[in-house]
Amino acid sequence: MKIGALKETITGEQRVALTPESAIQLQKLGHECLLEKDAGLLAGFSNEQYEAEGVEILSSASALAEASDLIVKVRPSSEHELGNLPSKKTLISFFNPGANEALMDLAKSKEISVIAMDMVPRISRAQKMDALSSMANIAGYRAVIESGNNFGRFFTGQVTAAGKVPPAKVLVVGAGVAGLAAIGTSTSLGAITYAFDVRPEVAEQVESMGAEFVFLDFESEQEDGASTGGYAAVSSPEFSAAQLAKFREIAPEIDIVITTALIPNREAPELWTSDMVASMKPGSVIVDLAAEKGGNCKLTVMDERIVTDNGVVIIGYTDFPSRMAEQASMLYASNIRHMIADLTPDKNGVIAHNMEDDIIRGATVVHDGEITYPPPPPKVQAIAARPKEKTPEKTPEEIRAEEVAAFKKQTKNQVVLLAVGGILIFLVGIYAPASFMQHFIVFILSVFVGFQVIWNVSHSLHTPLMAVTNAISSIIILGALLQIGSTSYTVFILAAVSLFLAGINIFGGFLVTKRMLAMFQKS
Amino acid sequence: MEMGFTTAIYVVAIVLFILSLGGLSGQESAKRAVWYGIVAMALAVSVTLFGPGFGLWWLSLILIAAGGLVGYQLASRVEMTQMPELVAGMHALVGLVAVFVGFNTHFELINVASMDDSIQKTLEGFSALLAKKSDVEISILRVESSLGIWIGAVTFMGSIIAYGKLAGKVTSAATKLPGGNYLNATAAIVSVIAMIWYLNSGELLPIIVLTILAVFIGYHLIMGIGGADMPVVVSMLNSYSGWAAAAIGFSLGNDLLIVVGALVGSSGAILSYIMCKAMNRSFVSVILGGFGEYSGPQMEIEGEQNAIEADEVASVLNDADSIIIIPGYGMAVAQAQQSVSELVRKLREQGKDVRFAIHPVAGRLPGHMNVLLAEARVPYDIVLEMDEINDDFPDTDVAIVIGSNDIVNPAAQDDPNSPIAGMPVLECWKAKHVFVSKRGQGTGYSGIENPLFFKENTRMFYGNAKTSIDKLLPMIN
Repeated sequence: MKIGALKETITGEQRVALTPESAIQLQKLGHECLLEKDAGLLAGFSNEQYEAEGVEILSSASALAEASDLIVKVRPSSEHELGNLPSKKTLISFFNPGANEALMDLAKSKEISVIAMDMVPRISRAQKMDALSSMANIAGYRAVIESGNNFGRFFTGQVTAAGKVPPAKVLVVGAGVAGLAAIGTSTSLGAITYAFDVRPEVAEQVESMGAEFVFLDFESEQEDGASTGGYAAVSSPEFSAAQLAKFREIAPEIDIVITTALIPNREAPELWTSDMVASMKPGSVIVDLAAEKGGNCKLTVMDERIVTDNGVVIIGYTDFPSRMAEQASMLYASNIRHMIADLTPDKNGVIAHNMEDDIIRGATVVHDGEITYPPPPPKVQAIAARPKEKTPEKTPEEIRAEEVAAFKKQTKNQVVLLAVGGILIFLVGIYAPASFMQHFIVFILSVFVGFQVIWNVSHSLHTPLMAVTNAISSIIILGALLQIGSTSYTVFILAAVSLFLAGINIFGGFLVTKRMLAMFQKS
Repeated sequence: MEMGFTTAIYVVAIVLFILSLGGLSGQESAKRAVWYGIVAMALAVSVTLFGPGFGLWWLSLILIAAGGLVGYQLASRVEMTQMPELVAGMHALVGLVAVFVGFNTHFELINVASMDDSIQKTLEGFSALLAKKSDVEISILRVESSLGIWIGAVTFMGSIIAYGKLAGKVTSAATKLPGGNYLNATAAIVSVIAMIWYLNSGELLPIIVLTILAVFIGYHLIMGIGGADMPVVVSMLNSYSGWAAAAIGFSLGNDLLIVVGALVGSSGAILSYIMCKAMNRSFVSVILGGFGEYSGPQMEIEGEQNAIEADEVASVLNDADSIIIIPGYGMAVAQAQQSVSELVRKLREQGKDVRFAIHPVAGRLPGHMNVLLAEARVPYDIVLEMDEINDDFPDTDVAIVIGSNDIVNPAAQDDPNSPIAGMPVLECWKAKHVFVSKRGQGTGYSGIENPLFFKENTRMFYGNAKTSIDKLLPMIN
């Protein structure tokens, strides 16, 4: 199949859906790669770089669309763009099908199959093609960088010769992929980072990234995020109130706020109210990653940077991934590449559009002249967020009691064992002659010595231990030696054979032990 | 002077034997310890050879030397991967000798009893000892030698089957005759009856019956135990060979034999105990074969196994700082230890922290992996036990699982219904990345699905372990 990457038409969009690196991987799957001229230029990939990896460069979008069977893109196509595509092609890009019915109808009428990268179901198998996550990751990182660019102070606290610099305090609202990326970036820049999320189960992840989770004084069962496919659900009014109260309390302290709270198919919830903005120090920065959906702060203006009356900068850019076009293109192209890999299960360059596959089914919005959106729920339930039921911590008294009980049990066992053993030996002693008892003492003592000695043997030397015990167990040769002098021929022959066999064992056992031990070397 | 002299030498030998085992507590002292063992054995044999009333020393020497030659050949040729077979095979020899010596005691007893008092007085050595025994002592002697024969015969046959299983000459699956463990129990009960019969009659027939029964038990018991339980089996047979020697020591009235037999016996018993503990199974359940009853449906595993190619593995390894390798029986089968060692050498040259985590039951013999890695010149101080390293996985970048399965199965901790629930396992899934080198998608010996392979941070590196690692080597730089 021929896979062609179109140049993005929207101004300011710098990403590209095919990189030289992903082209190599696609060619390994048996595909040929085509590229519209200069499509990768803004992302930092020159036409020569593509050609070096065997990508054919075509001069116009129409030529490319004509030549390729499968067209890859970043942004949803405009109606004009889609209208220009020849029919019966396959298109892979972001599509936002919920808001783009007209576009779906157009694709349907032209029998164009559309795979929407933003519809890839959130199951673990699909993570490698989850373009939303890879873009959100970049957005989170870039949001911190952008805020730092607008923030007049250091992130990290320093004590310099010229005086002390306090660390910046960063609050990240929403600990999804973008939020976690922002937390990671912010903590590694040295800021004191707080994070909040309506799903309490992410507290652990937040803390593992080095941030402090802001807990609410709120007693209620929040809905488990796993039931909504890992996304946040709408919170109850009481919960929202408690949340806002908490934010209001900490707002004057915070230097940088990064809001990432989005609820699928809804307007972004208002989390950072105007009065919170007003209570912030001048020079503080708010980066609203939800700007596209109306913003978590109502003062946010989409795609713009504004300064409020009290000197707070509010950034409402929506093109963070595009601002890091090279990185974003690499990740997106790699997501696309994984998607195509799933579409070519036999790695023979033939696309098999398997509508039985959860991921492919979920992401396909138009196929064979049918609109297949919305998809049925995936067969596999996403996100294993089932909280482990923790056993309650034991109090010191309980631990103590258990120890005492264990000790008593052990003592009891030992006493019983000793008593039984003692009685048995006593019985043997009554009937057995003195000569036997003497040997018996030796035997019991040796068993004890053996146990004490062997416990100290290093685990790594267990094989040599077996070989050496094997060699020394041929001490039984003494028996044969004592008997070989017998006047009976049977005894003589058996003893002679025994000597021979034991000889094998003694020499073989010791030698192999020596060989093994010589191999153990210290670095 | 003569008896006293012999005993004195025996005391020295005993001390040396104990030191020899005790010296195995560390790799360096072990190199000295093996010499203690050799000297002790030489002392014990020569003092018996040249001791009182011994005439055939030249013949004995020739026989021992001939055996020694064979032993030397065997020991110098054996591959380290074949160690389990060799050890099992050697146990069989000890068992057989115990049977022979036990039978000899019986023949000699009849021989001596048939002599006149006057001739009896001229006897020397072992025969003289027998001649002096009272009736009670003779009964005890019969118990002792029949015990020696019985244990020896079980050890002999058991070890041969174990050898066959380890060498792949006998199927390693657990197979039992109809009747299962009842057959063993019956055979054991009949053995006791035969022993009592022998005690009263002193005839040859009962001990022959006894031997046949013991051989059957040895065969059937070990046939019923599967391949992965072999570490327990081999240590158990090791223990038996010791007890057989001790029993023979009783019948010969020889303290040196008793002491050494008891040392070996307890050593094997401890090893079996450690192995069982490492599988969270009781000794009895291993010996009776098979895994325990399933207590409920096993947890279902979601997700898929993600495959990975050598170049990606190499790039992750190149970026990693700390790496833990978990070898298993698969590494031994594929003879991959040299390649693994080369990989480790290359990674360590780049200043990475590379270590090995060894589960006590990895492989087919206690300490099997350690010996293989030592053979491949992996320094022993980076080869760590499970308890030493298990807490380090969360701080580890990459865990590489080579040919092991059950010992890295998280179901042992998470799924109370799993057949291996409660078995201590290496928590490799806590590392950032886990690579599993495995031949195919199937389950391991125990047939238990391994959720590790489905984890998000796990990548399956399919293929023969040696070929896979060799593919990786040129890409590490």
